[in-house]
Amino acid sequence: MQVFLNNEALQTEAATVSELSEQLSLPAMGVALAVDGKLVPKASWADTPLHEGARLTVIKAVCGG
Amino acid sequence: MQNLIIAGREFSSRLFLGTGKFRSNQEMQQAIEASGTEMVTLAMKRVEMGDANDDMLAHIPHQSLQLLPNTSGVRDAEEAVFAAQLAREAFGTNWLKLEIHPDPRYLLPDSVETLKATEALAKMGFVVLPYCQADPTLCKRLEEAGAAAVMPLGAPIGTNRGLRTRDFLSIIIEQATVPVVVDAGIGAPSHAAEAMEMGASACLVNTAIAVAGQPAAMAAAFKKAVEAGREAYEAGLPAQIHSLEAQASSPLTSFLND
Repeated sequence: MQVFLNNEALQTEAATVSELSEQLSLPAMGVALAVDGKLVPKASWADTPLHEGARLTVIKAVCGG
Repeated sequence: MQNLIIAGREFSSRLFLGTGKFRSNQEMQQAIEASGTEMVTLAMKRVEMGDANDDMLAHIPHQSLQLLPNTSGVRDAEEAVFAAQLAREAFGTNWLKLEIHPDPRYLLPDSVETLKATEALAKMGFVVLPYCQADPTLCKRLEEAGAAAVMPLGAPIGTNRGLRTRDFLSIIIEQATVPVVVDAGIGAPSHAAEAMEMGASACLVNTAIAVAGQPAAMAAAFKKAVEAGREAYEAGLPAQIHSLEAQASSPLTSFLND
């Protein structure tokens, strides 16, 4: 199916957020993710299914002032 | 030197450090150690496909330091509230440096949106430290809206121009009932010392340390300046004499020729 990662189209076979995080090799720390504008806590990633056209916001920690 | 308390957390260092612009994570880590800081700011970026993984968090002793994620990149209060929720999840803290500066040229904070977001986020349980204009009226309004501290600017971000807003910072400090952290524009230890002598609660420094020839050595210099300025403030600085005429420090007893 197709989802949108930070507004970019992405083809994925992942059924859940947690599978997608593996596909993206997200770092273990300093990451947050929202589906359709709603934050999904990391503890719920495995139970959160992805759907066609889902809009994902994924951010990670970087240096900054 | 008295400890600083923000939202119930005690800080023995009054120097806060931004982690941007360091040439390497190693230099950043050395500067954090040399500064003696107990609070560092961090930012967030959108993950892109094929991003290289940066291990910057491994170079920040986040068990002992208070992390202060910022909302840099948001354009209004609504985006700031969303960013704050992401930051809380990513960094595991409800502390937040709220910054809303939609204009990339001067990066000056939008006061209307900052006030709106402060109110909303304080209600949601965030410890909000808003980066703001050196506007005494605004700072009172931010305080009333629930800000844990206010962070007025000395000069535009990254300009190293010092306390261009000096007189307004003085009014803010005089009126504030929450800590005043001077943020942005501090380009030299003397600027930080001046802010502390004026009675600022703390200074947030990034560029001046990060881009220095030797960041760790500069961080150590800022540590001393912040401590010296604060100690001078607590000791009670003497009043400046308006007249240029000297006021003798030694008794003018004419013992040589009389």
